[in-house]
Amino acid sequence: MPSNLVEITDLRFSHDKRVIFNGVNIAVQRGKITAIMGPSGSGKTTLLRLIGALLTPDSGEILVNGSNIHQLSRSALYQARRKMGLLFQSGALFTHLSVFDNVAFPLREHTRLNEAMLRDIVLMKLEAVGLRGAASLMPSELSGGMARRVALARTIVLDPELMMYDEPFTGQDPISMGVLVRLIKRLNELLQTTTIIVSHDVNETCSIADYVYLIAAGRVIGEGEPQALQQSTDPLIRQFIYGEADGVVPFHYPARPYAEELLDA
Amino acid sequence: MLELISRLGQRGLDGAQSIGSSGLFLLRVLARRPDLPRLWPAIRAQLYFIGVLSCLIIVVSGLFIGMVVGLQGYNTLEKFGAGSQLGQLLALSIARELGPVISALLFAGRAGSALTAEIGLMKATEQLASMDMMGIDPLGRIIYPRFLAGLIALPVLSLIFTVVAIYGGYFIGVQWLGVDSGSFWSNMQAAVNFRLDVASGIIKSVVFAFVAIWIAMFQGFTCIPTAQGISQATTRTVVYSSLAVLGFDFLLTAMMIGGW
Repeated sequence: MPSNLVEITDLRFSHDKRVIFNGVNIAVQRGKITAIMGPSGSGKTTLLRLIGALLTPDSGEILVNGSNIHQLSRSALYQARRKMGLLFQSGALFTHLSVFDNVAFPLREHTRLNEAMLRDIVLMKLEAVGLRGAASLMPSELSGGMARRVALARTIVLDPELMMYDEPFTGQDPISMGVLVRLIKRLNELLQTTTIIVSHDVNETCSIADYVYLIAAGRVIGEGEPQALQQSTDPLIRQFIYGEADGVVPFHYPARPYAEELLDA
Repeated sequence: MLELISRLGQRGLDGAQSIGSSGLFLLRVLARRPDLPRLWPAIRAQLYFIGVLSCLIIVVSGLFIGMVVGLQGYNTLEKFGAGSQLGQLLALSIARELGPVISALLFAGRAGSALTAEIGLMKATEQLASMDMMGIDPLGRIIYPRFLAGLIALPVLSLIFTVVAIYGGYFIGVQWLGVDSGSFWSNMQAAVNFRLDVASGIIKSVVFAFVAIWIAMFQGFTCIPTAQGISQATTRTVVYSSLAVLGFDFLLTAMMIGGW
């Protein structure tokens, strides 16, 4: 069994002639929490979609559990995906199903559990995200943060080997955020789940991550354990970790000089 | 000039590519062994949405179209002293042509556009991608039940339309304009051949259902996942389905009259 559950080698990917990844190498250790951080638009979400084979790279390979995920047959890919969970940024709940039925959906599709057992599992997962009382609500009745917690319950309902979280802390109040941070850590420890977190929230993510990759401009600009990155003297890394507006990565999208454009009436 | 030719060529290539990918999409939907007991709740829900909820528009349209055909037909036939042939005119024109074609056009407008918008929204809100990531093929779980429900619903709707339209014509011809009820029904019975007229109408509506639901599903599944993209896909569904229904109607009529 390879020690890395996910291995990305020389990944190149473009979209609409824009280069998103230009030779990215990432290794995700089995049973560890790996964080992918970087500025907006650096392709963090795209990376998760590439690992899940929702997108196909231009070149390079992504090995999941030793198999090149993009060379699997359709049925083998669907088998592999049963062991993966991806928490989408939007939650992606099925709008025609209640909270309970959303969480029960993967179980109903992939198992032959009787309704009593299925109900217990769904309620346990909803309890874990603090929403057991919302089981009968429809997605339209939930706030954004609640919808994402329901989506998390649905993602973990099959106890996947690989959990990928796309911005799990966005839109959460401080209480929910604390619970989520602990829940992700607990799932990782109890179930030995390999975890990839894509996030902007440096403090929360670094508090639970075992290893961090920083990506920007289509490549990995820094990697290491959170403490090592926080002590790094590399200006690129420091700018992101400490949220400095002026630095190597420009805050402004490339444009003409401000004064020139304002006077150009 | 060269740019115009190249743009024309590009559009041709895009069109050919779109037809090719819609064919592959259809193959991927049909080339599967569906777990029908598991899919039955979804099929039943879609039968209700596509079929039962379309009944009102089908019945009302059928009634008015039957009444209009009855009125126009009687006025024309009466000029030749053949008002009693109204039943025959109604049954043949509605069972062979108007029933299947107008039901399919209404179906494309009501159910087809709604299905495109639904699938498009599911795509835009990442519901299809999340299903894919759960190891569940959206083509089997979302598209297939809708495809099957459409194939069942439209021929039934078309039959309902035909029956209601004939009764609409009966109401105008017999109850209002005074055509003899006995000659209305007996002329109809004598002129209508089940295999040539009724069965050909059913065959047409099955073909129209297949084409309309294929277009609706493909447009929804491949739309650009934005508000504008979904709106354009919905419009394309109605336009392409309507044109396809009329085109296939001509082809099928020519084949049936030609005895193919």
